[in-house]
Amino acid sequence: MKKIQLPDKLGHFGQFGGKFVPEILVAALESLEKAYREAQRDTGFKQRLTELLRNYGGRPTPLYFASQLTEHCGGARIYLKREDLAHTGAHKINNTLGQGLLAQRMGKRRVVAETGAGQHGVATATVCAMLGMDCVVYMGEEDVRRQALNVFRMRLLGAEVRPVSSGSQTLKDAINEAIRDWVTNVDSTYYLLGSVVGPHPYPMMVRDFQLVIGRETRRQVIKATGRLPDYAIACVGGGSNAMGLFYPLAKDLEVKLIGVEAGGLGLHTKKHGASLTEGSIGVLHGSKSHILQDDAGQIRETHSISAGLDYPGVGPEHSYYKESGRASYVTVTDKEALEGFNLLSQKEGIIPALEPAHAVYYATRLAAELAKDQIIVVNLSGRGDKDMDIVVGAMGVQL
Amino acid sequence: MSRIDSFFKSLPQKGEKKRKALIPYLTVGYPSVAATLEVAPALVAGGCDMIELGIPFSDPLADGATIQRASHLALQQGVTPQVCLDVASKLRQMVDVPLIFMSYYNPILHYGLEDFCAASSQAGIDGMIVPDLPPEEGAVLEGLAARKHMDIIYLLAPTTTDERLRLIADRSRGFIYVVSLKGVTGARETLPPELEGFITRVRSVTAKPLCVGFGIASPEQAYRVASLADGVIIGSRILDIVENSDQPATAAEEFIRQVRKALSPYEPT
Repeated sequence: MKKIQLPDKLGHFGQFGGKFVPEILVAALESLEKAYREAQRDTGFKQRLTELLRNYGGRPTPLYFASQLTEHCGGARIYLKREDLAHTGAHKINNTLGQGLLAQRMGKRRVVAETGAGQHGVATATVCAMLGMDCVVYMGEEDVRRQALNVFRMRLLGAEVRPVSSGSQTLKDAINEAIRDWVTNVDSTYYLLGSVVGPHPYPMMVRDFQLVIGRETRRQVIKATGRLPDYAIACVGGGSNAMGLFYPLAKDLEVKLIGVEAGGLGLHTKKHGASLTEGSIGVLHGSKSHILQDDAGQIRETHSISAGLDYPGVGPEHSYYKESGRASYVTVTDKEALEGFNLLSQKEGIIPALEPAHAVYYATRLAAELAKDQIIVVNLSGRGDKDMDIVVGAMGVQL
Repeated sequence: MSRIDSFFKSLPQKGEKKRKALIPYLTVGYPSVAATLEVAPALVAGGCDMIELGIPFSDPLADGATIQRASHLALQQGVTPQVCLDVASKLRQMVDVPLIFMSYYNPILHYGLEDFCAASSQAGIDGMIVPDLPPEEGAVLEGLAARKHMDIIYLLAPTTTDERLRLIADRSRGFIYVVSLKGVTGARETLPPELEGFITRVRSVTAKPLCVGFGIASPEQAYRVASLADGVIIGSRILDIVENSDQPATAAEEFIRQVRKALSPYEPT
């Protein structure tokens, strides 16, 4: 790849990204960017983050060779990057630790966040508890219902969970409400955004905090196999776990990058979350990327069995990767994701979250078609405990 | 010269008394398209100087509960940018005051910036306010709008730095929309105490007309704002009146008349 630094000064990744926000937030975003760049140059900040990632977050997470799953598929070797073993059970902690320290450095005492599945909310509440900051988490009412356990977790950690009843009552509405809170309390409050979406500098900053996943993976896979993988696969909702894996591998052109989006009930039903595959270019939540919208430019309601992929937009850098051809994006339906969920549980004794279950399913299909000397790495971005209720319901089981 | 410029230019340039621009806001299609077509001319009859027509959007993140609800309802009635254009051209036959679209960026982007500017101009629209489009991202739309003699009106907020203040003042056409407070739209009991200092800061860098919006809900508040600025924008309160009255046009007209009267001490007789 050419040696260009993205995003550019205005936060653009090619034609994507940018800063499409009410004027009131522009100054806040500028001071956030300034504080972030200063923190990046501060070795003390970096040391503290590295130490917390290790001793609190549980990094590095292992790279596991899924031998049973590999044997079952009968093709390429499948490796799992075990983000499910990170503290709070998902990759989200990498970003919340980074931004939490940044908020503290900026002297903010109050943090607001949005959450879909609840994973980012839990990771934010966790870090706020540890750093002694007030935490308010906005969550769509629909999500509050389907992720009741995570709501309880957040409250246990001292966060205030505010249900959002506007719009589709899911992640996008939670982001709207978190932004409204930030607009209102901009002096005292830090907005801890959970994915590589939103206005600049968030897509860049969240990517930077997540790229520890790809850096570790690169080192670990070379150590385990003597070479780079042929494929790196991750699920994409907003796209932070995928960007974390992809970014450090982007220069290695021999590695094919594949993002797996939520196919929901099937693309033909329009009930899905496949912004890159089925969407068109638009502006949502402060940046330009692929979004799901109707003929009048209104944001469409989405569906996925996994709350974390139930989002009508995607990070602008993914749009850039798609347009430039550096990554490709595919979809996996609810039903297929459940198949991946079951398969990984039964073959490897690892219960994945429903989000990475999409990536697992796609990897197993791909592996079966590939030669045995090929190597696939899947980002297992979270564990499945939070999804038990949903899976019980989807499988029609009586407990 | 746009119709908005003409309005401000037509005012006496010297002397103490100068008509203050009174600019109410309506979400198009709330509670119905018919109501918008009835209420807007009533606002003019009540004495307003321009009308902001809100194009409803599914994700209005700068708006408080009132405009969120109105937008949601309008969308349920099937109000699209095309419907808003149709409403604008009908209103253009009925009133002479400048008509200004207020829209989030995505619906216009999706319509096609060039097509939307052409259609808006055709419909008799005089300017656009796009609350999630700062000047850094607005150059293309500005150029297209200017070709059709429409103004892109930028917003300033209390958080805006002095450096950006100059940028926005320089780029905004027609007038500058001064956001009175840190927050979202919606009626408030009181004006923010920092407002006077803020407007003084803005005034020191620009001679362009300043119209103040967000949170202004009563004739008294309008009176106080008008002592500092060139115009007053009232949004959520108008929607509340429209929502809570059996005769929304009459009620809205009466409210605007009261605000006009409250502004009269500043104005030439």
